[in-house]
Amino acid sequence: MKFTRKDILGIKDLSVDEINLILETAESFLEISTREIKKVPTLRGKTVINLFFEASTRTRTSFEIAGKRLSADTINISASTSSVVKGETLIDTARNLEAMNPDVIVIRHSAAGAPHLLATLVKQSIINAGDGAHEHPTQALLDMMTIKEKKGRIAGLKVAIIGDITHSRVARSNIYGLSKMGANVVLAGPATMLPRDIEQMGVQVHTKLEDAIIDADVVMMLRIQLERQKQNIFPSLREYSQHYCLNSRNIKLARKDAIVMHPGPINRGVEISPDIADDPAYSVILDQVNKGVAVRMALLYLLTGGSE
Amino acid sequence: MKLLLTGARVIDPAQKIDAKMDVLVENGKIAKIGTGPFSTAKTKDAGKIKIIDLTDMIICPGLIDMHTHLREPGQEYKETVASGAKAAVAGGFSSIACMPNTDPINDNRSITEFVKRKAVEANLANVYPIGAISRQSAGEQLTEFWDLKEAGIVALSDDGKPVMDAALMRHALEYGHSLSLPIISHCEDTNLSAGGLMNEGYYSTILGLGGIPVSAEEVMVSRDILIAEFTRTGIHIAHVSTEGSVRLIREAKKRGLKVTAETAPHYFTLTDESLQTYNTSLKVNPPLRSAEDIKAIKEGLADGTLDAIASDHAPHARTDKELEFEYAANGISGLETSLALSLRLVNDGVLTWPELIAKMSTNPAQILNLPKGTIAAGADADITVIDPQLKWTVDVKTFYSKGKNSPFHGWEMKGKAILTIVGGEIKYALPSLNL
Ligand SMILES: [Zn+2]
Repeated sequence: MKFTRKDILGIKDLSVDEINLILETAESFLEISTREIKKVPTLRGKTVINLFFEASTRTRTSFEIAGKRLSADTINISASTSSVVKGETLIDTARNLEAMNPDVIVIRHSAAGAPHLLATLVKQSIINAGDGAHEHPTQALLDMMTIKEKKGRIAGLKVAIIGDITHSRVARSNIYGLSKMGANVVLAGPATMLPRDIEQMGVQVHTKLEDAIIDADVVMMLRIQLERQKQNIFPSLREYSQHYCLNSRNIKLARKDAIVMHPGPINRGVEISPDIADDPAYSVILDQVNKGVAVRMALLYLLTGGSE
Repeated sequence: MKLLLTGARVIDPAQKIDAKMDVLVENGKIAKIGTGPFSTAKTKDAGKIKIIDLTDMIICPGLIDMHTHLREPGQEYKETVASGAKAAVAGGFSSIACMPNTDPINDNRSITEFVKRKAVEANLANVYPIGAISRQSAGEQLTEFWDLKEAGIVALSDDGKPVMDAALMRHALEYGHSLSLPIISHCEDTNLSAGGLMNEGYYSTILGLGGIPVSAEEVMVSRDILIAEFTRTGIHIAHVSTEGSVRLIREAKKRGLKVTAETAPHYFTLTDESLQTYNTSLKVNPPLRSAEDIKAIKEGLADGTLDAIASDHAPHARTDKELEFEYAANGISGLETSLALSLRLVNDGVLTWPELIAKMSTNPAQILNLPKGTIAAGADADITVIDPQLKWTVDVKTFYSKGKNSPFHGWEMKGKAILTIVGGEIKYALPSLNL
């Protein structure tokens, strides 16, 4: 299969074949990271720009390492959306970057749809590294890769996603991806954190964590943004953690061999109790980080014509 | 110069006229209208009379857009009174009312007089300023309604800055009513709409954009109706966008309350589903709603719940719209597409021709107490001529408005104003008419 897409803006747009191709390509890159010399010349002479309008050390580092392992020249640009006249930066920056003729632009932005706008403005390939509460396609791909490795398959699994669904781009991308790949996706969170009509995405929705994780093969816990408390969507962290924290007690409702995932960084004791988060029998959180580099290598490779 | 318009179908809901007639214009007024002998006397006045053959065309009272934004003073790069008035006549509107949210806000006599002077200088459409309800539209202190009225405002509104203080709204209704000044309410509970960028529903959920619930509009429609009822006054609801608002207004009218309402063409044409490409030309407040809401808006127009169609013309510069969706300005440049989009309601059988003309001329004149909206003998000669069959394609590059922000760019339309006469003078004529 030839990968013909110019941009990776969201999992919503990807076909099952495309997802499989990305995951297979990523698997082939996984080994490079275990070598002593962790570098191949595949993207020598190519330029990747990491354009981050929102701070994210993890995702940015992961993209940077991915680019470097493929011998691409990677450049990081951190832009603040608050210090300049809003929006103008994206357009202006885009035009400037285009003039420098990079091959791929990776963008992280707090505004949903910003990567789509960028993609209409420049001829280079765009990878969405997270846009507002919309999508985070590379996170979903690395999550799918992790699940596939741990469970041998995605189809037929029950995956519970727990937390603030409303503000989570990780949840949206995973709902699209996992559903396409045949998993049964179940959500749970306080009613104030469940966006309207989310069940139309083909998921089951619960307001109690326990109802969602029964017999789950995968439990994915989302990060709570502490500042959301100001919007009154939950009364206190104390009450949230009492009812939505995954712990050694409620995890027993899931399947014995269930795995626990988290996009990081974790608020230990809020989303996941420390004993579960650090228990290698459950937690695959560090595997996720490891897969992240491979998935991003795969996307850089495929978007620069690697499948040709 | 006299004008004799012959051969057209004349529709004037105020006179209950819908027939083939001739219209004679003299000294800025309608001199005669009918099928009488002046039709046959065409040739007698040869040389002193301009005869325009309008066979197959529709003649109606000059259209009135009761909700526009002209941006002057303060944001002349988006629109001026003159460019807005030019867009108005090109869109078939002989009169427009303009909202006070300029910079500075039209909350005092000097701004009102300034806008009126600019309109006189432009000498195109009649421009009727709407004054602010509260100073700076800050929702705290009433403006000087009396003084504003003397300066020439026709209504009051804090459009764009909803009146959240119910007591302030009460006092505005009472004080405004005593001066025969209608209050136009932009119904939006800003606590419920906080952080919202589009209609709240499935599409806001998948796009990850903050939602504006229909209830943000409906609780305020409900509140304003109740306050108007208690104070024995009236209220005009601007840009109705939801099924629930239509239901509340219908029920209020049934109870005999003096409630009137308008909607805008985009609210019966587009849904939130169209936002999936983050196209900022579709960003508007209130937001585009669902297919069920569109259905209810059409029913509300058909049964008379919604009295008027207004464009909510909101021109913006390219730099205000070519942004991330979150940062882009709200609004659609609507003066030059409003009539054609509304004509689709006639073509689709939602409204009859006279009903459409009533909603775009007769009723807005009545709501704003304007001596307009009819072409009875003796009335001001404000006339719009529509070619109901003319096929054309929307091209924002040809807009007279400075605002090229239209989601209808490239749309195929049927029906267009080909001639706009204001005070007996031709202010717009389709170039191909060769007048
Ligand atoms: Zn408004």
